[in-house]
Order: sequence, then C-alpha cells, then structure tokens
Amino acid sequence: MTSIILLSIFGILNLFMGFMRSNKVLLPGAMLLLLAVFGANLADWNVVHAPYFNNMLVVDNYTVAFTGIVVLTTIVLLPFSRSYVVAGETNLAEYYALLLFSLVGAVMMIGYNHLIMLFVGIEILSISMYVLAGSSKRDSRSNEAALKYFLMGAFATGILLFGIALLYGATGTFVLSDLAGAVAAPENASLQPMLYIGILMMIIGIGFKVSAAPFHFWTPDVYEGTPTFFTAFMSTVVKTAGFAAFLKLLAVALPGAQGFWLPTIQAMCALTLLLGNVGAAVQTSTKRMLAYSSVSHAGYLLIGLVASRGNLTGDAASGIFFYSLAYSIATIAAFGVLKLVADHRQRDDYAALNGLGKTNPLLAFSMTVAMLSLAGIPLTGGFFGKFFLLAAAAGQGYIGLVVFAVIMSMVGLYYYLRPLIAMYLRPAEEGATPVPVDGIQTATLALLALLSIVLGIVPGFLSGIL
Amino acid sequence: MLTAVLLFLPLAAALLLLFIKGAAARALALGASLLEFGLAVYAAFAFKATGTVAFNLNYAWISSAGINFHLGLDGLSLLLVLLTTFLVPLILLSAFKHKYDNPSTFYALVLFMQTGLLGVFMSLDAFLFYFFWEVALIPIYFLAGAWGGERRVAVTLKFFLYTVVGSLLMLAGFVYLYLQTGPAAGSLAQHSSELSAFYSLKLSAAEQSWLFWLIFAAFAVKMPIFPFHTWQPDTYTEAPAPATMLLSGIMLKMGIYGTMRWLLPVLPLGVSQWGFLVVILSVIGIIYGAIIAIRQRDLKRLIAYSSLSHVGLMAAGVFSLTQIGLQGVVIQMLAHGVNVVGMFFVADAIERRTGTRYIPDLGGLTRRTPILSVCFLVMLLSTVALPLTGGFVGEFLLLAGVYQYNAWVGAVAGLTIIFSAVYLLRMFQRVMLGPDSAFSETITDLTGSELLILVPLIALVFWLGLFPNSFLHISEPAVINLLSLVGR
Repeated sequence: MTSIILLSIFGILNLFMGFMRSNKVLLPGAMLLLLAVFGANLADWNVVHAPYFNNMLVVDNYTVAFTGIVVLTTIVLLPFSRSYVVAGETNLAEYYALLLFSLVGAVMMIGYNHLIMLFVGIEILSISMYVLAGSSKRDSRSNEAALKYFLMGAFATGILLFGIALLYGATGTFVLSDLAGAVAAPENASLQPMLYIGILMMIIGIGFKVSAAPFHFWTPDVYEGTPTFFTAFMSTVVKTAGFAAFLKLLAVALPGAQGFWLPTIQAMCALTLLLGNVGAAVQTSTKRMLAYSSVSHAGYLLIGLVASRGNLTGDAASGIFFYSLAYSIATIAAFGVLKLVADHRQRDDYAALNGLGKTNPLLAFSMTVAMLSLAGIPLTGGFFGKFFLLAAAAGQGYIGLVVFAVIMSMVGLYYYLRPLIAMYLRPAEEGATPVPVDGIQTATLALLALLSIVLGIVPGFLSGIL
Repeated sequence: MLTAVLLFLPLAAALLLLFIKGAAARALALGASLLEFGLAVYAAFAFKATGTVAFNLNYAWISSAGINFHLGLDGLSLLLVLLTTFLVPLILLSAFKHKYDNPSTFYALVLFMQTGLLGVFMSLDAFLFYFFWEVALIPIYFLAGAWGGERRVAVTLKFFLYTVVGSLLMLAGFVYLYLQTGPAAGSLAQHSSELSAFYSLKLSAAEQSWLFWLIFAAFAVKMPIFPFHTWQPDTYTEAPAPATMLLSGIMLKMGIYGTMRWLLPVLPLGVSQWGFLVVILSVIGIIYGAIIAIRQRDLKRLIAYSSLSHVGLMAAGVFSLTQIGLQGVVIQMLAHGVNVVGMFFVADAIERRTGTRYIPDLGGLTRRTPILSVCFLVMLLSTVALPLTGGFVGEFLLLAGVYQYNAWVGAVAGLTIIFSAVYLLRMFQRVMLGPDSAFSETITDLTGSELLILVPLIALVFWLGLFPNSFLHISEPAVINLLSLVGR
C-alpha cells in the first residue's frame, strides 16, 4: 500500500518539478524517488496486512514480489532517457510522471482483490501508455502507434469490462475469494453460459494486454512506432503486471472453472509460442524482432499459467515470478542498447549493430548477455526462468506442451543469434564511430548484465519464494 | 575442495584477463593453465584407483528443487581432466604464434572454455552437467565465430544450432528423468537430480526407448557420429587453429564421456535396444569419413574427416559394452586428443609458413624442414595406429572390444586402420615429399618455441604406446563399475 501512495505522490511531485525547467535534476530525482518506493515495497515482505478499502486490495508476498519487479525495471530503464535530457525535451517531467502513474496502475493490477480494482489498474496503466506511445509528436510512426494502441486497447478494455459485468451477473460478486466459491457452487450451474462467456471475455481482455496470440497482432506495429524508451516499458512492466493479474484471476477467482479455462489457455499458449517465434525469425528490424520475441515470451509465461492449475503459490507461480524478472532485466538491456545504437546510427535493423563488438565492447557484451538470457542459454537468468516453468509444467504432466515449447525455443536461438553475429562477426561500416554512452548508462548496462548472470548462476535465492 | 579449485582457477584467470593487455596477458594465461595442470597431476597422485568417487564436493545449489552443486572425480573423469589440463597450455602456446585482434579476450575465452569442459567432466548432478555442457559452448562459439575464416558466419551458426538443439533434447530427457526420481535423503525437495538418483531409477523399456534418443542426441552431435556430423568438417576448417584443437582434442570427448556416464548406466534397456543401431551408424561413419578424407585437398579438412572416422570407432567401442572395448575408448580418448591436436598444430605451422593449406600447392617441404617432418610423421603414425604409439594401444583394444561384440562389425571397423594409412600417408607424401613446390626452398624449420608444444605431445604419444597401463589402471575400476551398472 505504501508503494501505491508513494508512487502517486511522487508522480504529482514530478509534475511540479517540471516547472523548474531543469531536466538535469529530473532524471536522478526520479530514480531516487523510485528507489525509495522499491525500499518501501521490500519492507512489506513477510508482513501481514489486512486487506485495504473493503477488501479491494491486498498486500501480501505475491504483491510485494511482482511490485518489486516492475519498480526495479523502471529504475534501470530511466537512465536510457538521457537523450531526452540532452535534447532539452520540454515534456520530460510529464513523461516521468506518466511512468510513475502507470506504475500505480501496475501495482493495483498486481494487488487487486476485486474485479473493479483490476479494471481501474488496467485503465490507469493503459491510458498513460497511450499517451507515451504517441509522445514523439512529429513522428508519423509514433502517431500511428498511439492511435492503433488506443483503438485496439479501448476495444479490449471494453471486452474485459463486459466480461467482468457478466461474471458479476452470474455470481453477484466482484471479490475474488467470493467469486471462487460462487463459480464452484452447484446451484449456479444454470448460469453457466453467462459465466463462461464472462470468463472468456476476461481472458481475451487480459490476453490483449499481455499480447498473447491471437490478440497479439497490434504488438509489432505499436512497439515499432513507439519511441524505444517507452517500448521497453511496455514490453516489461505492462507484461509483468498483466501476468501477475492473469495468474491471480485464474488461481484465486476461477479455480472452480479449470475445466473451461485450462484448455483455452493451453491453446493460446501453443499459438502464441508458434506465432511469436516464427514471426520473430523472419524480421529484419531488431526492434520488430524484439516485439515478436516479447510475444513469444508471453507464450512461455502462459505455460506457467497452465502449470499453476489454479495455485497462487508453488513451483509454477515462483516460476512466473522468476521468468518475469529475468525477462524484464534482459529486455531492458536489449532495448537500452538498441536505443543508444539506433539514436547514434539512425537505423534499427540488424546491420545497425554491425561491428559493435569492436566499437563499443560493453554495449555489445550487455546485448550478448541479454540475447543469451532471452534465448534461455545457461549462465543467464533466462535459462532458469524457462527451466522452472517447463519443469513445473512437465511435473503436472503437460509433456506435449513442454516439448512444443522446447522446439520453439530452438527457433528462438536462430533469431537471438542474429544480433550477436552482427556485433561480433560482421565488420562495422566505414567510418563508424563509437556510440556515445555516459557513465550512468554504462553502470546500468553493467549492472543488468551482472544481474542476468547472477540469476543464471545462483538462482536459489529467488527460486521458490512464492 | 580440490575439484572446486580446479574448476574456478581458469575462470578467475579468464576474468582477470579482461583487464590485462599485452605480454602480461600471455604470462597470466599460460601461468594459470600450467598451475591448473600441476593441480591435476597432484590430484592424479593423490587419487586411489578403487572405483569410488574421490574429492567429493557437494553443496545445495537450488535447494527448493533438489539440485546440487556436486563435483567429484573417478578414474574416468580424472583422466579426462588430466587430458584437458595438459592440452590447454599447449593450445594457448599455439595461440601465441598468431597475431589475433584482442589477444587477451581470446585467451580469456580459452580459459573460460576450460572451466566449462572441466565442469562437464566433474559434475555428478544432471543439471550441473547440463549447465557446464552449455557453458563450454558459448566461448567456443565466439572463438570460432569472431576469429574464424571467411565463411565463419554461416558455419558457426550451423554449429551452434546443431549443438544447442541436441543439448535441449538432452535437457528435456533429463527433466523427464528428474521428475521420476524421489526425494534425496535429508532434502525437502520432491525430486533429486543427483547422478546416483538417476542410476537407481527403474524405468520401463518403452520409456527408455525414446529417452535414449533424447539424451543421445546431444552426445551424438558433439562427437559427432554419422549422420549428425555435418557441422563438423566446416567448423573445424573455418575455426582458428587453437579453437579447432579445443573442438577436436577435448570437446569431442564430452560426447563420449557423456555417453559413458549419463547414458549407458541410466538407460541400460534403451542401450540394449538401440546399441546395435548406433554401432552400425558409427561404423558407417568410420568408412564414410575415411573415404571422404581420401579425396580432400584442404589439409585441415582432411584431418577433420580423419577425426570423424576415428571417433566412429570410439563410439562403436562405447556401445560394445565390453571391458576391453571401454578401456580402449579411455586410452583412445587420450591418444586421439594428443594426436589430433598435434596434427592440427603441424597443419597450422605449415599454413603459417606458406600461407596455404591447399595440398596440391604444397610439396617437397622435407628438405628444409627435417624436424617438422619427423614430428609430423610421429603424429601421423600414431593416428594410423602404428605399434609403439598411443594410437595403436587404443585402436587395438577398441577393435578387440568391437570384435567381441560382433565379429562382422569388428572386421569392417578394422578397415579404419587401413583407410587412415591410405589417406594420411598419401597426404604426407604430397605435402612433405613429392615434387618441389614454390615453398620448398624458402620454408623454415620448426622454432624452439614450436618444439615446446610438439615435444610434450610426442612424449605422451610414446608414453601411451609403451606404458598404457599407467593410465589403464586408473580407469579400470571405474570401467568395471560402469559395466556392473549397465548389467554386463
């Protein structure tokens, strides 16, 4: 709860700091504020709080763990906004404020105990993101991205809300634990069509937010058009919060309807893995590849939902937590390097990375660790993320799904190697100059690479915590 | 404790190397690898060949999942650790002969790779084994990719995809086995990935049948045996010489070692079902590699195919499941490691002097290079398995084992010696003897520092040939253990 309050206050504070017209103060200021939020959040670990606001919001270890991921992700993302500072961007304070507000939404999505809270959280998060997607006002691609994201997003939210309404109609409650009882109650059997349509609509709505196939179609275009800095936020924070909400919905409210949603999620999972990986393999732009790769990672996380079988604790839930963390760290590093390189070389295809191993060894190394982690190669956190999820699923007997996921991760190897090939095996263009990187970005990239490797060597301290 | 030092010393040196440039980098890399060899020799002397695992080191790694950081050495792993630590300093010395960009990164990757290799040979936990299996791949990918020849991009991509696909299948197999295990004593986790837990599994024949191929896929690609070999000749040819030596001298043994430790005793029914097929594939590989080697005009490619042919015999020996055959595999792993590194070094020495590996361009080199010729000949004759050399002992035992397994297969496999005499002697004749070429008068003989690499190799060739028992007695209890686990 403290994190929601702090984030809201700091968001408003940031808006006022915009009056000072001093971009130099803004960046470290925002980072410090977020660090304070991170600390306040960790202080809630293993502390029992009564539910807030008439049982609408709960702060338990689950909330603390996923909030930790989204806040940490935002902290390490901020240094890559340096180019806005340098360029004297006049709206920087608003950008930071919107990021903080959308974090409030993310935390509400993670901690909700009431469907309306979920809806409010998703809306707070999304509306900030619609604005930020279009923040590059004079770039037609950014405008296109914002419009597409807004139209599709509004539509999906409508479906989600309709689903919530139907669920309420069928059960008469919004509170998750009451829902669970009502869904399982035999006297509600006659209401089943309404109930199932409601569940399906909610799955569609959230599936859209986490870009799970077949509701992923907006992802590549929106990710590509959105300024890279905000794309990184979209593909990490939005996805992590979305999956935390998804798992909670299925595990707490709907375990009684497993027979209905398990096959649905399984089918979505297989389709997401297929379309994400195959889509990524045929891209020529690094940014679009990362967009499709984020779709494919939604597929791996969906395996966790299947394996959870309606359990908020245990192997599968811990696996989703670990995977989200490893994925977020690697994705921020990948987008961070891509942003620095693309800003300097004015292009974002694979060839933009040519010879980076020579001109900027640290950027190249950071990108390498990120790619290996996303591909799930040992020594990186991504490997254990996949391992925990797949082992949990195999333990529940979903052998077919696991085999399919392993085959798809082989496809993944192909496209994650392409940036490495460009960076190390191809020479830089004539007269290519090193990409300028400042101290705090260097430190952040080194930290991200280190975190990925630490998660890949001693995962024990974060595995199985839920 | 000793195993941990063995494992982390090269890694520490590799990390240090990232900050050191110039001559100090060479000294550090070489010093660390020599110290490592010294430690391995010390381990060999402290080791009692009783069939038990020595130098155990067992910590909980991921305790919630029952995965342990468990290292140890038995006779089999000890010999491979010795081979690895013996070859790495020589490979580093051969790397000093080249002017690579970023040399300290190059040395760091070699040492990093050594950690991965040693980890593979010492792990007694399935996931730790898999972990190091992949760790060994990352540095060699960059070594071959960043410092390789013109076609390196396509070739290393193929290599990487082949090996990773193989190892992912192995991982899937391991996960299945892991989920069948019960909790280890005193552990809270539901399953255990300890080697001993895998050994005590009782799986049905039907399960073992498909699990066999999942796990064997990784080993078959790494060795490689026919038809999983297509990455091998290209990669050996395009990689820089030290990387080729690592690949052929040590990395190939990962596949054979893995089969012996993680396949035969874990899936004995699967092995008895599919063993004959694998032996047939291996024999096909022997003949196939040899015939293609005869037609090769690129020195490195010829040695690559020769290696393919020889590894086929080792694979057949593994699946013969006889004591004599497995002992042959052990000694041949050492002999082949020494031979192939020596051969690639000589080929590299010739290429550095003449600028070409194209056999028809070479010829008549002996006159100016008597020492080089002698060294080349020794390595070559050991590869052909002439008595007195290590290659002879290995191939003799192997053929004896395969003959015991099936006389007809043994007879066909025996062709490997005849074939290798054909293509290797013919190659020697065309490169070193024969009509003069453009380089006959200008080529210089081996320098002292190059002899520093070849003399230890030659010494080991003869040692293995004359006193094989000094190594065989180390591995014997381990091999007997292995056979009793398989049920032979």
